[in-house]
Amino acid sequence: MGLFKRTPKNLPDYWIKYAELFKESLSKNFNDLVFVVLDTETTGFSFEDDRILSIGAVKINKETISVQEVFDIYLEQEKFNKETVHVHGLLKNGQRECISEVLALEKFLEYVGNAIIVAHHAGFDMGMLNTALQRNGLPKLKNTILDTGVIYKKTLIKSYLVQPKSNYTLDELAEKFSISKKDRHTALGDAYITAVAFLKIISRLKEKKNFSLKYLLR
Amino acid sequence: MKNLISERVADFIKNYPPFNVLDSKSLFQLAEQVLIVYKEKNSVIFTVDEPQHSHFYLVHKGAVTLNNPATSNILDYCDEGDIFGLRPLFANENYKLEARAHEECILYGIPIDIFKPIAKQNEEVTIFLMESFASNTRNPYAKSQKGQLFDHEGDGEEEINKEVVLPDLQLASYSKKLVTCSTRTTIKKAADIMSKKKIGSIIVVSKDLPVGIITDKDFRNKVISGEQPITASVKSIMTTPVITYPKNLTITQAQMAMMKSNISHLIITEDGTPNSTALGILSKHDVMVSLGDNPAVLVKAIKRTSRIKKIKQIRKSVMVLLSGYLEQNIPLGLIAKIIAELNDTCIKQIVEISIAKMDTPPPVKFAWLALGSQGRSEQLLHTDQDNALVFEDVPEEDLPKTTTYFLELSKLITKGLNTIGYEYCPADMMASNPKWCLSLEEWKNKLSYWIGNPGPNEVLMSSIFFDYSLAFGERSLLDKMSDHIFRTVQNYPIFLVHLANGALQSPSPTGFFRQFVVEQDGQHKDFFDLKSRALRPLIDAARVLILSHSVKAISNTWERYEKLAELEPNNKELYLACSYATKALLKFRTRQGLANHDSGRFIKLEQLTKQEKMKLKRTFKAIKEIQELITLRFKVTNFLG
Repeated sequence: MGLFKRTPKNLPDYWIKYAELFKESLSKNFNDLVFVVLDTETTGFSFEDDRILSIGAVKINKETISVQEVFDIYLEQEKFNKETVHVHGLLKNGQRECISEVLALEKFLEYVGNAIIVAHHAGFDMGMLNTALQRNGLPKLKNTILDTGVIYKKTLIKSYLVQPKSNYTLDELAEKFSISKKDRHTALGDAYITAVAFLKIISRLKEKKNFSLKYLLR
Repeated sequence: MKNLISERVADFIKNYPPFNVLDSKSLFQLAEQVLIVYKEKNSVIFTVDEPQHSHFYLVHKGAVTLNNPATSNILDYCDEGDIFGLRPLFANENYKLEARAHEECILYGIPIDIFKPIAKQNEEVTIFLMESFASNTRNPYAKSQKGQLFDHEGDGEEEINKEVVLPDLQLASYSKKLVTCSTRTTIKKAADIMSKKKIGSIIVVSKDLPVGIITDKDFRNKVISGEQPITASVKSIMTTPVITYPKNLTITQAQMAMMKSNISHLIITEDGTPNSTALGILSKHDVMVSLGDNPAVLVKAIKRTSRIKKIKQIRKSVMVLLSGYLEQNIPLGLIAKIIAELNDTCIKQIVEISIAKMDTPPPVKFAWLALGSQGRSEQLLHTDQDNALVFEDVPEEDLPKTTTYFLELSKLITKGLNTIGYEYCPADMMASNPKWCLSLEEWKNKLSYWIGNPGPNEVLMSSIFFDYSLAFGERSLLDKMSDHIFRTVQNYPIFLVHLANGALQSPSPTGFFRQFVVEQDGQHKDFFDLKSRALRPLIDAARVLILSHSVKAISNTWERYEKLAELEPNNKELYLACSYATKALLKFRTRQGLANHDSGRFIKLEQLTKQEKMKLKRTFKAIKEIQELITLRFKVTNFLG
């Protein structure tokens, strides 16, 4: 009955502070919303067996990203999967300064606040983050989530002869929107590419009637 | 905090002045504080009299125009790497101009608080700023001197006049790098100087005053012919006296002067007489380039480019040309021909550049097809790209390999087209889509299927294919496709009825009380949709009628109506009215598009004058009549009933 063990008393201050933020509802005006676009690099694809190697995120406020306010951290690893190091080029405790998982989560919660989280194929990143939170005795993230993989499809014209693909990779999005793929496969680099793609998708969708956050979540 | 994004920002800004002279410490200090701002097309970055922002801007992606909203004059274009909005921050005043995103943009906002101390420490930065404030491009008060700082340092052809100014008021820009020799110089020596400097003329000076000029022609006529030995002095062959003018010469004046004296070079002097020092030289070529509104010059410039980004620059001049033509009320048929020619040249050049980028030349012959409005030569403004690729039939075992090659090539081409301003087709009707990049045999099968099974979508698809034109490559492939279409259509006459039915689907332009029908919802609520309510019915009707006459190779709508008028003399009047209406509507759309910097499709009715509204309504009469004719001729109502 793990669910009942986590009484609010056991939760650390930073979580309580994070949860407090959600008592106020988000602004109705789309332009006032704050978005945190994130990407995680992991040792593999299993929520249970694999671990987060790094989290990269950028904050979008009124269509602006401040370089000063980016989030870029690397996690200490006990588990080490040789195969994925190849993909991400992140060596275990490489030259980067690494911090513990729990500290990383604390910093992340502080950074993200009640912003809307945007990620490409968000389900995976959210799964990794929520499993990590659970491992450290914390509840799941409370933020609203948007998936660029899903909202991109809303920009396409539906025609019976030209079927949109069911799945678009971040590479395909970068190509469609002419975004440089120089920093692919680093958490922050992917987060930035996703952020630019997100801004471009939004500007195309704004023209539609009934455009709102709700429309994006549908 | 130094991070990957600040590194990327630093990587970019270090290539552009004034940041290129900064040391890496200052560079990173700046980059870490940058704001990355996204601006959608046509959005305002700052307006006149707006208080200062805490940042000035560097264009990372896209383009920005600086304009004066009072006169709606565009004073400057800022491209990737250009800075703007800096002067007011230094002068401590409000913005004097409006900055607007000309395209979708990503800007770097550079904090002035951090930049100022760095600029002060670094002398080179200060000099750059002084120069740019005093003389060049980013200063609205020095319009006539715009660009002169960098004149004639690069290739003259690539310098394109960017402003909409009538040539007779525009000052001619001349070359200030004078190459001179004295009267005692030998002919051989003068020729050596000219070869070394790669120029076609040299000015002869005596006591600092210009006394003569020698051009290539003089060598041919007076030296090679044996009249003078190469050891003689230049005095014996120079043309004298020289024709001199003061420096504020307009382009038209320069042209007149050259015609009058039948010469190709003018000397610009301090006071305009031969009795003062020479400031520069103005050649016929300079005039051609600064005119920039000469399609032939533009075509030449496009063909010479090997970089796609350059083509984008040139296309800006095409737009200037277009608005000039519309202003002068040149017949639209002619305008469309010229613009289509220029668009074609751009596409051809992009295909050429893309082929060069591939590792191997194309394995078989192919054709690049322009579809839709481009195919009909009716595309005046930038719209979406619709295109397809067909290649020669190959043995079955080679098909996958060949398809892969052409898909790869198509990707490069569509990307290039996107770079120069054609948006990707939202329905993915592009040759980079595997469904639109096929061998001749595959296309034939696909076309037969569409014509044989005409559902609403098939009619739409095949209708696109009746309006195509060859943009690049092998014409015979295209002809074979056309032949196939006509043969198949003859076997399935019912197809024409479907096509006619499709032509009647476009909503009517006027309502019951003859008022305009406006859009009911969406972003364009209360706007009139010129494309789908007025142009499309005419285009669709022309297509089905011309097909029923089996006329091929005419894809342009008004030319189709003119042909129809010839084929059916009893309906001549209606067809000519339709031809006229199409041109009038397209002109209307283009004007609207240029004024609002969009596709011109949606029109705000309140903005129209009474006269314009009347004009529009007159074209609607033709639309109504042509739709009635189609209903009767193809018995569409029976079919539907």
